[in-house]
Amino acid sequence: MSELLKIRTENLDFYYGAKQALKGVNLDCPEKRVTAIIGPSGCGKSTLIRTLNRMNDVIPGARAAGRVLIDGLDVLSPKMDVVELRRAVGMVFQKPNPFPKSIFDNIAYGLRINGLRDRQKLAEVVERSLRGAALWEEVKDRLRDNAFSLSGGQQQRLCIARALAVEPEVILFDEPCSAIDPIATAKIEELIFKLKETYTVVIVTHNMQQAARVSDFTAFMMLGEMVEYGRTDRIFTNPANKLTEDYITGRFG
Amino acid sequence: MERQFDEDLKNLRALLMRMASLVEESITQAVLALKANDERAARQVLEREEEVNLLDIEVDGACLRLLALKQPMAGDLRFITSAMKIGEELERMGDLAVNIAERTLELIKLPPLKPLIDIPRMAALAQAMVRDVISAFVTGNEKLAREVCCRDDEVDELNDQIFRELLTYMMQDSGNIARAVGLILIGRHLERIADHATNIGEAVFYLVEGKTIKHHIETRDRKNIKLTC
Amino acid sequence: MKRKVFQFLGFMLLRTCLYIVLAVLLLFLYDIIRKGGGAISWEFLSQPPRRGMTEGGIFPAIFGTFLVTMITSVLAVPMGMFAAIYLNEYARQTRLTRLLRLAIRNLSGVPSIVYGLFGVILFVNIFAFGTSILSAGLTLGLLTLPWTITASEEALKTVPNSYREGALALGATKWQSIRTNVLPYALPGMLTGTVLGLARAAGETAPIMFTGAAFFLPILPKSLGDQFMALPYHLYIMATQHHNILKVRPLAYATALVLIVLVLGMNMTAVVIRYRLRRKRRMGS
Repeated sequence: MSELLKIRTENLDFYYGAKQALKGVNLDCPEKRVTAIIGPSGCGKSTLIRTLNRMNDVIPGARAAGRVLIDGLDVLSPKMDVVELRRAVGMVFQKPNPFPKSIFDNIAYGLRINGLRDRQKLAEVVERSLRGAALWEEVKDRLRDNAFSLSGGQQQRLCIARALAVEPEVILFDEPCSAIDPIATAKIEELIFKLKETYTVVIVTHNMQQAARVSDFTAFMMLGEMVEYGRTDRIFTNPANKLTEDYITGRFG
Repeated sequence: MERQFDEDLKNLRALLMRMASLVEESITQAVLALKANDERAARQVLEREEEVNLLDIEVDGACLRLLALKQPMAGDLRFITSAMKIGEELERMGDLAVNIAERTLELIKLPPLKPLIDIPRMAALAQAMVRDVISAFVTGNEKLAREVCCRDDEVDELNDQIFRELLTYMMQDSGNIARAVGLILIGRHLERIADHATNIGEAVFYLVEGKTIKHHIETRDRKNIKLTC
Repeated sequence: MKRKVFQFLGFMLLRTCLYIVLAVLLLFLYDIIRKGGGAISWEFLSQPPRRGMTEGGIFPAIFGTFLVTMITSVLAVPMGMFAAIYLNEYARQTRLTRLLRLAIRNLSGVPSIVYGLFGVILFVNIFAFGTSILSAGLTLGLLTLPWTITASEEALKTVPNSYREGALALGATKWQSIRTNVLPYALPGMLTGTVLGLARAAGETAPIMFTGAAFFLPILPKSLGDQFMALPYHLYIMATQHHNILKVRPLAYATALVLIVLVLGMNMTAVVIRYRLRRKRRMGS
């Protein structure tokens, strides 16, 4: 592949205590492209994506083996600064989780914990992030309102803006649209198209049509293993593996 | 897992097969009418045309509905798009059979120009191509489909030969022109039937393999390769 | 039809229990107010006792209770909150931590007299603070600690994990995520539980009996090392140990009334704090 690889996992294993959730996974995420991870429930896709920014560290008994290389650096190594990793690799969760603060404070959060206090600068970054998440026009007059006053789709875009504010290089989406309505979903999919001009995007989704619409590369996982990986157009017109074909055509799921 | 969708696909396949058998029969009867000067056979071909057209419309409609409603992927998607294509090709073959029948009806009124040798040979080749390519579709035999594509050259050569021979007849005597032109046109129709059979062969190959061999170009790993016969 | 009858009977039973409890409570209050209300006066509340506590007021007791509760809160509140934060946010869930938690829960069931004796040994003797406000306050602090820890832990548990995760995912350190995204929302619950615990401590007699409370100290304590008077202890003496119980009975009832009002006041404060903080949170600060 001539694409520059932003993220690559090498023989990644993952264990929750004694249970092995990932088996020898090799995933490539090219730079400034959208890579989708699909698969039936329990196949390990959420585990995989949460390993990329080491959010799994908070789970007791969780252990990873193998390598996860981002820009060539192994993020699983103990020398890795996890806090800095998570700034550079942002995450948007399945259920929108705005903080119970104002819209402005939600987005400024990441900046404030990194020490930025200048009100002028904060306001600039907040506006830029909201524009980047296609939310500015809708909330510019009510930045001081509580974030919970927004609709579900808007809350999710707020979470995206919040992640954008700290200027990450990669954005991870963990089933971002499963809790919001179809029109809001369409807006977020359009947003992802825009985002990939600047960021590398990895998206986990159980909705195959969404993966087909939005991604450039698709990885199909089952029972903790990577079954097939390739360009999205090829995977959805002519998959090489029969398991992939059966899953995509709905013969099991 | 059995899907409701599989039922739809089965119905679509049945439609296509019905259409294919009608078209095959039309071609056979048209050629027979020509060889035996059988006016009745020719007229039957003309009557069968309407049924073929209706089936074509039905196939189009079914494919469009399945695309809109079921969001097919991978093998299912290739099957449906190929089905649309095959339906089109069959419909044109049906038209060509009708054209042959119409020419035949005109020629029957006139005394025969010459004994027919090459045209029946061409017809046999074309009919074999049609029969084999339909069989390839039914059985999913991509090798057979590909092989049929390679037979097109022979048919083209025969057509050229027929044209050259009839040209001399026309140059000899201008009274031969009407009948000669009729035969030339019939040769042309048969050549087109063979072309359409080739197209069906390409569609069947794509359906099974997921790779295209259209225009004698094969794509492998995003690289175009010349197809060898 | 039978189900409806059962349901009706069930509700009647529950309602009756409620009424019984309310009735007892009201009877109780009525009795105290009737027998002690007459003795309440400004003089009673602001003057020290005179003539062997048969006359005068209980101001030193009020002051003493106030002081000792302050000491208690200095010990119990921060330590309890931080212990709860550690247990809930940082400690790994091993058998040891579960054992620890069980021990803490059990401590809140230990009889207060045992705390009193323990306080005597530890603070009065070993640390040599002597019988003083300090010893009594610290003893009460130990009594309140399990309560505070438990209440704070419960409050921390109610904060959704998504707040913590959301903060971590933005590159916050663990402490940052707790400080900005957990504590502000757990605080109302933590404070409420703590104030309730303090209210209980204010009314305890046994722990302060041997560690610093005195029954007749007309002058106010000058330092933490002094002995002091306290409302619950004062009440105890007046009701049981006084040389002229019958004469001072109204005063005893009045003291009880003051104590009840004090405890009630603290409970109401806890509720108001929680209400105010919750409302501020919802407005989106």
